[in-house]
Amino acid sequence: MLDLSKYSSIGEAVRDALETWPREVCLYESDRGEEKQRITYREFKERALPLAKWLQASGFRAGDRASIIMTNQSKWLISAYAVFYCGGTLVPLDYKLKPEEQWTLLKHSGASVLITEHPIWRQLSVSLCRAQTPNVKTVLVTEAPAIADLAGAQPWEAAKGTGEPVFVPRKREDLACIVYSSGTGGTPKGCMMTHGNYLEQCVALTSIYPFWPGVKYLSILPTNHAIDFMVGFFGPFICGAAVVHLRTLRPEFVREAFPKYQITYVSLVPLVLKNLQKGLQARFDELPPAKRRIFERLRNINKTLTKSRPILPLSRLLLRQAHAGFGGKLEAIIVGGAFTEPQTLQFFYDLGIPVANGYGLTEAGTAVTVNDLHPFRADTVGKPLPGMEVRILNPDADGIGQVSVRSKTLMVGYLNEPELTAQTIVDGWLMTGDMGRFDAAGQLQLFGRKKNMIVTEEGKNVYAEDVEQAFEGLPVKEFCVFAANYIWPSRSMVGEQLVLVIHLEPGKAFSEELREDIAKRNSRLINYKRIHGIVVFDEDFPLTASLKIIRVSLAERLGKLERNQAVVAV
Amino acid sequence: MRTLEQTTQEILELATKHFKAAPGSLKAQDDFYKKLGIDSLQALELLSRLENHFHIELPDYEVQGVSDFKTLAERIQARL
Repeated sequence: MLDLSKYSSIGEAVRDALETWPREVCLYESDRGEEKQRITYREFKERALPLAKWLQASGFRAGDRASIIMTNQSKWLISAYAVFYCGGTLVPLDYKLKPEEQWTLLKHSGASVLITEHPIWRQLSVSLCRAQTPNVKTVLVTEAPAIADLAGAQPWEAAKGTGEPVFVPRKREDLACIVYSSGTGGTPKGCMMTHGNYLEQCVALTSIYPFWPGVKYLSILPTNHAIDFMVGFFGPFICGAAVVHLRTLRPEFVREAFPKYQITYVSLVPLVLKNLQKGLQARFDELPPAKRRIFERLRNINKTLTKSRPILPLSRLLLRQAHAGFGGKLEAIIVGGAFTEPQTLQFFYDLGIPVANGYGLTEAGTAVTVNDLHPFRADTVGKPLPGMEVRILNPDADGIGQVSVRSKTLMVGYLNEPELTAQTIVDGWLMTGDMGRFDAAGQLQLFGRKKNMIVTEEGKNVYAEDVEQAFEGLPVKEFCVFAANYIWPSRSMVGEQLVLVIHLEPGKAFSEELREDIAKRNSRLINYKRIHGIVVFDEDFPLTASLKIIRVSLAERLGKLERNQAVVAV
Repeated sequence: MRTLEQTTQEILELATKHFKAAPGSLKAQDDFYKKLGIDSLQALELLSRLENHFHIELPDYEVQGVSDFKTLAERIQARL
């Protein structure tokens, strides 16, 4: 691993990595089970530098912003490095957002360059919002058919400058990325992350989960997500390791990739982990009784012997068949993006497959705590990473209070949102809005949220305000969307849901017609943003002088209602 | 060559069988996430079944954001 204390920026560190391990493979790219290409560190450099030169020739300068909207693939990482080489700031956006949402964030970020894939550009280019985003001046599109009309964009593959580009150095305090943690419908929350943030986070994470040449990381979480950016790009690259891209998320190809590539690490969201658990459990249930008994006995032996720490060679020997399905080289499954149920984590650990459960936020620079597996604890999210100060604010009688974090990995603030930044980072401490406590062993346990949002099992952050746009024009006096747990505090972070609160026009009753209208609007939302219930409230909503709803006060009043009686199905 | 109606009908029958829904309960305009109570991974599994059935390849991006049977049928029809 490179000594990151010597570097000032992501670009500088990756540039040295490309020179350090020229013959090592850094990227494997497969499509539907068929390997399409392997790229060495030298070849990565040979592909990135002509793009950097082209960007510089087109006027892209230090501090300029370039956005990437792509699925996980080699050209994502090559483009990102080219942007960093030019001293640019990267704006990685979620390819799953709708075109109008992507244009909103492109406008907010001030990106002048957009790098995207042809299927995504086909939808983006015809969106009416394009005309409102004049800041995006250059668009590069990958994998476009030769005869395609690119609607003003240029093919990525042809963006090759000749000659050596100039490496533009950046300081640790300079912006590296603007990462949107949410805000496509309400206030865009563009987390401004510095090069120093990433360098510090990478040192902390790799001290517990190291990479080395020969490691193969399976990249499934979208690379715009803080976790994959760190462990599916920067982390492996500065250690000479390799990243595997599949170009599909179909479960059968993901399963196939583990033995095929002998994967070392993978990051998954709880939804995928639970799906794997379901598949494995079904296989165990199908075992004939005698084999099943032997399996149970071996699993119990493994459980006893690995109580204080994982012993991978032993687990692989004892539970050979279960491990073979994972390729036999798996060091750990990193699980993140959302809260994971302890029984799912325990299921894998009992099989001798360590699960690196942790807790983090984009605002804190990915991970804050992580389970170091000494010993494995399914009921906590681990201890703070080196360099992270974590404290519990205003703890109640059970020791539970708001988790706050201070470290060199904290974002500078939200782009163009000084007020929101001031509310979120107070005296250098990040107010996470999550509730937790430390146990006697110094491990953090989480107990619900203080903020009006949910995190789905797919790892999607959904802020209630962001969903309200879908209900604009509803024939009611006023309405508001809440996370149900914000109204009725719960100590659980599983199965979180949104509810729509409506105040009817005077003299009107809640009708089937209105319910259908709500259901229709709801179905237009992407599945994870949908509301799960309606609350009909008879009182005027508390408003500020500028007629904005005072959500905290309204939630307090709603909280007096009985949840089961107040919420009706959509 | 199948008509769009035939393709839609075959998708509905396959989804009914795969997710053990009540026969005749699924309609073309139904949102399959909501109607079947499935998550995004289960939807991907359904796509793989549909690919095998229709002998086509349906890249993930083609079905990005699609949540109703009707649109799904149109995307499949375009590749038949």
